[in-house]
Amino acid sequence: MDFELNEDQKLLARTAADFVAKESPLERARKLRDDELGFDLALYRKMAELGWLSLPFAEDVGGFGGGFLEVALVLESVGRQLVPEPLLENILAGLAVAEGGSAEQKALLEPLIAGEKLLSLAYLEPNGRQRRAPYETRATKKGAGYVVSGTKTWVSHANASDAFVVSAELEGETRLFLVAKDAAGLSLETLKTIDGRRAGKLTLDAVEAELLPGSSQALLDHVLDRGAAGAVAEGVGLTQRVLEITTEYLNTREQFGVKIGSFQVLQHRAVDMFVETQLIRAASIASSVLADDPDPAARLEAISAAKVQLSVGGKYVTQQSIQLHGGIGCTDEHDIGLFFKRMHALNTLYGDEAFHLRRFSASPSFAKVG
Amino acid sequence: MDLRFTPEEEAFREEVRAYIDEAMPPHIKAKAESGAPFTNAEMMEWHRILHKKGWAAPHFPKSVGGSELDPTRRFILAEELALAGAPQLSPFGLNMVGPLILRFGTDEQKKRFLPGIIDGTVAWCQGYSEPNAGSDLASLRTTAEDQGDHFLVNGQKTWTTYGQYADWIFCLVRTDASGKKQQGISFLLIDMKTPGITVEPMLTLGGTPAFCETFFENVKVPKENLLGPLHGGWDLAKALLGHERTLIGSIAPVLRSIQHLKRIAATKREGDATLLDDPALRDRIASLELRAKAHQMANYKALADQAAGKHPGPESSILKIVASTLQQQVDELTMEIMGPESLTWFNPDGAVPPLEAYVGSRFCYDRAVTIYGGSNEIQKNIIAKAILNLPS
Ligand SMILES: Cc1cc2nc3c(=O)[nH]c(=O)nc-3n(C[C@H](O)[C@H](O)[C@H](O)COP(=O)(O)OP(=O)(O)OC[C@H]3O[C@@H](n4cnc5c(N)ncnc54)[C@H](O)[C@@H]3O)c2cc1C
Repeated sequence: MDFELNEDQKLLARTAADFVAKESPLERARKLRDDELGFDLALYRKMAELGWLSLPFAEDVGGFGGGFLEVALVLESVGRQLVPEPLLENILAGLAVAEGGSAEQKALLEPLIAGEKLLSLAYLEPNGRQRRAPYETRATKKGAGYVVSGTKTWVSHANASDAFVVSAELEGETRLFLVAKDAAGLSLETLKTIDGRRAGKLTLDAVEAELLPGSSQALLDHVLDRGAAGAVAEGVGLTQRVLEITTEYLNTREQFGVKIGSFQVLQHRAVDMFVETQLIRAASIASSVLADDPDPAARLEAISAAKVQLSVGGKYVTQQSIQLHGGIGCTDEHDIGLFFKRMHALNTLYGDEAFHLRRFSASPSFAKVG
Repeated sequence: MDLRFTPEEEAFREEVRAYIDEAMPPHIKAKAESGAPFTNAEMMEWHRILHKKGWAAPHFPKSVGGSELDPTRRFILAEELALAGAPQLSPFGLNMVGPLILRFGTDEQKKRFLPGIIDGTVAWCQGYSEPNAGSDLASLRTTAEDQGDHFLVNGQKTWTTYGQYADWIFCLVRTDASGKKQQGISFLLIDMKTPGITVEPMLTLGGTPAFCETFFENVKVPKENLLGPLHGGWDLAKALLGHERTLIGSIAPVLRSIQHLKRIAATKREGDATLLDDPALRDRIASLELRAKAHQMANYKALADQAAGKHPGPESSILKIVASTLQQQVDELTMEIMGPESLTWFNPDGAVPPLEAYVGSRFCYDRAVTIYGGSNEIQKNIIAKAILNLPS
């Protein structure tokens, strides 16, 4: 086993950390909560210039030719600073096009990688909760093309997107479709989310849509598993930062004439937080390396283990961080709460704890009693 | 021992239910149904409605305008109110300073302050915590200098819940800095309109302006507003904290939240069934509910003790620890049941079903329940020493 990053990967991680620390102080994430888009398009484009959107895409479509591990290295820094730009979200929608699209459709990837065009993946539905398959959205043939009807919710940065990758059932099968933002019959309602970002509710009423010919439920699952791995990678940076902020507070705040960090119960709490961050980090390595594997059985255990660990550990770390801050931790003014809220979003997206527990316990790997 | 309610008590429960149904104005009922947060004005409005029936201050003696309900009826009343989702009456007057005035106040103070507390015409807030005096409350630094006929108050209080709506604040202030820190503290009742007081509301994690910073600059407080003995405020504070913890330790709001959770789960369909039919989820809800039931019995017992004339002691810390932790667990499970919908943050009406609309804000705000009223770590320190007699 070799856990070492290669030189290029180390450089990428370092560049990302430096860039994010310089360009994206927490204050920015806080302010952007009240912004119409919820993120800064100019900074998003700078990140694209650094090549971050190109990482997992093949060179023949203008990508860097890396794997999901490279994406994860960047996302760790994103998590540290709560960077709100939709990097992972565009990468996921792009992967669906790259792996399921026709040659013509893949032409969309160049502007996506350059940060000029934005795409969102629209797969959740109001009544489907964590279901990955389309619930009530249906596609039908119309002439040479297709039309899609249904409702998609929690579509990331929908108000900034130029097009959507929409999942729908076609003749009993899950397929993905490209829908332009200005397509007739499509309406968008923008919602603010708990972590201060924007999500869209798309209502599709017989909207003309282009089928991604290579798309399937298996492809969507693979994309969403990379979403889960991405959430965990972001969680690595997030929980690490929370731990740092909290231990610093324990070393500063005084009550009863001593630093509160001298109380043994709080020391143990901090140690438990540290243990959780370490487990999230370890689980994240496995899930980001295995995320690329198109064989679902090969990646299931690593992805679900990481996502469940993120949920268990991430909740603990962010809840305790507030607890150890006392009253100040309960204000909107203090940064620690921003991490708590983002953690809830990371835990909810791409399959929550219950989803991944159930998926694992239903898998052959769990059934092996030995 | 008999743990059953008598037929008269059951009849009382029916009477309470009927009254709530009939007396609750439609705008309050609508919010109660959806779990939306009440404004301070609505809380006070409901207080006055309950007062008409004598139910705002069931724990006060008749001689001062209370209804002197026995503890069992009081508990039934509190439980039914919570289960109906009625606005929780502001505790600062009714449950905190009111009982202290009754116990430690002069006749003059009782006459002056209790009627407004009981009928809901005067709103109070609590000025204990300071930026550097939270868990270590006794290290507080807001000073009250003796100026002959008045005290001159200078300093800052913080996390003052609903300070922006309060008419009066009860404060712990330092009147003597020479001895042990607990010994030089006094308990003052201060009119919020006094010149020199400024209040700056802050947003909580739940996005609501539920608390404030309160600043005092050369605030003149008449001598007759001292409650209890000069430099004797710490004993009053300790007496009150027991009440505060029993109150926060009350299980009724948790039961209400479980009911809310179930109602949400019953609306979420998965195939032909609802989430409430999912066996794994049912077990998790049941586990919380049964723990709440066990805690309910502990609540009854605490009330019976109070009825027997005992003031809440260190046992109130147990109630606080259990209820606060349960509340957070119920919030978490509710968010999980909502799934991606739990990502919503205060969106315009209609964007999210009303039952779900405020769960996220509540989930965030409720991180505070294990902190306020003395953090759970402090409660455990108390239990370790006062009940288990463990060494310092
Ligand atoms: C929503 C909300 C509403 C509030 N409303 C009011 C109000 O109306 N009026 C009012 O006066 N106050 C109010 N408070 C203040 C509340 O009582 C204090 O926040 C609380 O007492 C903790 O104090 P602190 O915030 O200074 O935290 P700190 O005392 O600084 O505590 C920080 C951490 O250290 C821990 N800690 C401290 N000492 C010890 C120890 N000896 N052993 C182990 N652990 C320890 C604490 O448990 C906590 O985890 C409110 C607080 C909140 C969050």
